[in-house]
Amino acid sequence: MEQIGFLPPKSAVLSRRSEIVEDLLDLLPEGCLVHEPRALVPFETDAFVSYRRVPLAVALPETTAQVAAVLKYCHRYGIPVVPRGAGTSLSGGAIPQEDAVVLGLSKMSRILEVDYANRTATVQAGVTNLAISDAVSADGYFYAPDPSSQLACTIGGNIGMNSGGAHCLKYGVTTNNLLGVKMVLVDGTVIELGGKALDAPGLDLLGLLCGSEGQLGVVTEATVRLIAKPEGARPVLFGFDSSEEAGACVADIIGAGIIPVAIEFMDKPAIEICEAFAQAGYPMDVEALLIVEVEGSEAEMDGMLESIITIARRHGVKVVKESQSATQAALIWKGRKSAFGATGRIADYICMDGTVPLSQLSNVLRGTAEIVARHGLRVANVFHAGDGNMHPLILFNANDPEDAARAEAAGNEILKLCVDAGGCLTGEHGVGIEKRDLMRHQYSEADLVQQMGVRAAFDPQWILNPSKVFPLEGRPAA
Amino acid sequence: MTMIHDPLSEEAASRIIRAASASSATLEIRGGGTRTLLPGPAGRDVLSSAGLSGIVAYNPAEMTMTAKSGTPLDEVAAALAERRQMLSFEPLDLRPVLGTGGIPTIGGVFATNASGPRRFVAGAARDSLLGVRFVNGTGEVVKAGGRVMKNVTGLDLTKLLAGSRGTLAFLTEVTFRLLPVPETAATIVVSGLNDAEAAAAMATAMSMSVEVSGAAHLPESVCGRFVGGRLPDGAATVLRLEGLAASVAVRAEKLQAALASFGAISSLSAEETALLWREIRDVHPYADGTARPLWRVSVAPTAGHQLVAALRLETGVDAYFDWQGGLVWLRMEADPEAELVRRYIKALGGGHATLMRAAPTVLAATSVLQPQAEAIELLSARIKEKFDPAGIFSGASAGEA
Repeated sequence: MEQIGFLPPKSAVLSRRSEIVEDLLDLLPEGCLVHEPRALVPFETDAFVSYRRVPLAVALPETTAQVAAVLKYCHRYGIPVVPRGAGTSLSGGAIPQEDAVVLGLSKMSRILEVDYANRTATVQAGVTNLAISDAVSADGYFYAPDPSSQLACTIGGNIGMNSGGAHCLKYGVTTNNLLGVKMVLVDGTVIELGGKALDAPGLDLLGLLCGSEGQLGVVTEATVRLIAKPEGARPVLFGFDSSEEAGACVADIIGAGIIPVAIEFMDKPAIEICEAFAQAGYPMDVEALLIVEVEGSEAEMDGMLESIITIARRHGVKVVKESQSATQAALIWKGRKSAFGATGRIADYICMDGTVPLSQLSNVLRGTAEIVARHGLRVANVFHAGDGNMHPLILFNANDPEDAARAEAAGNEILKLCVDAGGCLTGEHGVGIEKRDLMRHQYSEADLVQQMGVRAAFDPQWILNPSKVFPLEGRPAA
Repeated sequence: MTMIHDPLSEEAASRIIRAASASSATLEIRGGGTRTLLPGPAGRDVLSSAGLSGIVAYNPAEMTMTAKSGTPLDEVAAALAERRQMLSFEPLDLRPVLGTGGIPTIGGVFATNASGPRRFVAGAARDSLLGVRFVNGTGEVVKAGGRVMKNVTGLDLTKLLAGSRGTLAFLTEVTFRLLPVPETAATIVVSGLNDAEAAAAMATAMSMSVEVSGAAHLPESVCGRFVGGRLPDGAATVLRLEGLAASVAVRAEKLQAALASFGAISSLSAEETALLWREIRDVHPYADGTARPLWRVSVAPTAGHQLVAALRLETGVDAYFDWQGGLVWLRMEADPEAELVRRYIKALGGGHATLMRAAPTVLAATSVLQPQAEAIELLSARIKEKFDPAGIFSGASAGEA
């Protein structure tokens, strides 16, 4: 599977490789530059493993000043830079290219300050998502966005992709929970945006930065919002005889003005995969499953559940199963959050990330099944139903190039279906390289020209993560 | 002579902008004109959104609405009220305090990122804005974002347009998310706290899992101006709870128990709660028909009272606090003291101050919006150039929308 192109490597950069490595060694402390060919291999791809490119070198700076020094140097010589957090991108956002210096933030992994009176945490960009919640959990707080890869993924990467997660139905995605950053612009200038105040003056550069996929600068520190943990939380399983009924039930729950913390959807293939992995007690005799999480006091949770169950009954719910213990609740979430990994144990897969209006859930699920069947493949659906963010996992055999090509073609058709249903190509995984060449399906030329113009305002030479997001043809001249 | 362009379509707006671009004219973008902070130079042409009015699509089950930018906010609110939905960010109405006339528009709300008390837990206008259509300074019609809650497809120009105050482009259509109106609401009042004690009480409330949706402190000097003087004597620290009736009652009990050690506790009914938070939102105590300088200051929640205490030692100020103390409405006795206010904000950890109101001569002599670091100003100028290369919209002081 090798259809998505990268920019051709700059020969002027490649020919100076050893010189560039020498210069970077001078700029960084010992042990902060990876340049031996074998040591570079782990950085050749991310979680979008179908594509690989070995970078020129990997810089692993320990301070903002070192990040600035590397960027300033690369900017001066027109060397592409690919920022990298934990390399968990599902869209190829962190895949490097042969002429690029990877700027990895993994050594900047300290929590700098926790401020409960202002409900903020200030952390370095390489801190993992879960580490923030872990650090404040004992004191009764948490950081809300919770991507499935939260054990590994970093806050810097979360900002780059505006990551979401299961619980963002109530609490919002990264952009709604980010208060400020320290970042380095492409020329090495260090700026600070926002802070502990709730809003910043001038243009909303912080909002623009979220989801910009490492193309506007490199974040080195972030100030995020902490939230007091709810008194209790309870996931409840609702089993249905059809995906359509489950999808319609989701739309009715939201339509009734009930906003649970999370509404997750799994179809039968996904249930089987996740249950085999986690033994979470998912019902096996249903075609579709919703995990609905409510939170609050016992009485509040009971009240909200009662309303949800009434709606579910109207849609012929077959099984309603409440978690009986904290352990079981944890298993229910473990099963859901392991869905991608558990799927990877039985087959190769590509994961789509289109978002659709809730009224279109059932239609798009049906259309997805048709598309995948037409390509002779299988699909497992496991996704954030409450906000319409779909994740069809298309199963295929990576050793069979034709199978792989079919999977990619099916994926592209599904994403176009999402856009045509009034949705978008990607809800939380980012465009990366994966969806780059579909951008024209969602945006007009004028839309893309405006976005690319703004991008160029930050990086006129297009050296920051340059092969990503925007179709390679039709870009403004650097 | 000022010409007011009132296009009835995006295409017409595009033609007007192209013509202005060709003749090096400038255009002042205007919605209802209720949030204008600094009048532009006399004689400049106006590009009004008044002709672009109407709700394009309302889908209560998806909790989203699309409306043309010139749609009156009242029309949006009325349609939402019918289905018991609302704008979660509580857009404030600046007419009483600024003494402006006109009709607030939904485009103006988003163009100024106008957000009220619930902002500190539910997000600002920018957080509810899902997508926009606009005409940029070259006359191109551009769309950004969409109508779904989660969308990371390309650069988030929607956020950039929110709060851009008519300096980047002419908004023609906005799509935004909605929330259900809570079944009921109540306010817990803690009386007699000084500003520092109030900050501690509010931080305690926010550390609890009771989902406070409004946290304000109304010092004694302003307290009598709220709810027709029906708040208890002394300063009032007020905390709002919203949700199902049974749940609000339980949470109110917990909150009262936790705050009893701070001061005397009382509570307000749902009706009084609605009035109180509307008055807090709309800066009611300073809607006094004067032009005394009024600052809107945004700082870390614990810095708000420290800022006011520091300023009191040097000049005559009056203030009240929203957003757990992080939003300070600061009224000066005489001079705006811009340099002093901004110096203390910086010393207390940063934030920013906007001069919302002052006599025209004072306004003209003051930086209404907070100046920013040079690198950020340069970057912002480069971004603006990508929207409006000829500077058609740049004649506007950034205070307008």
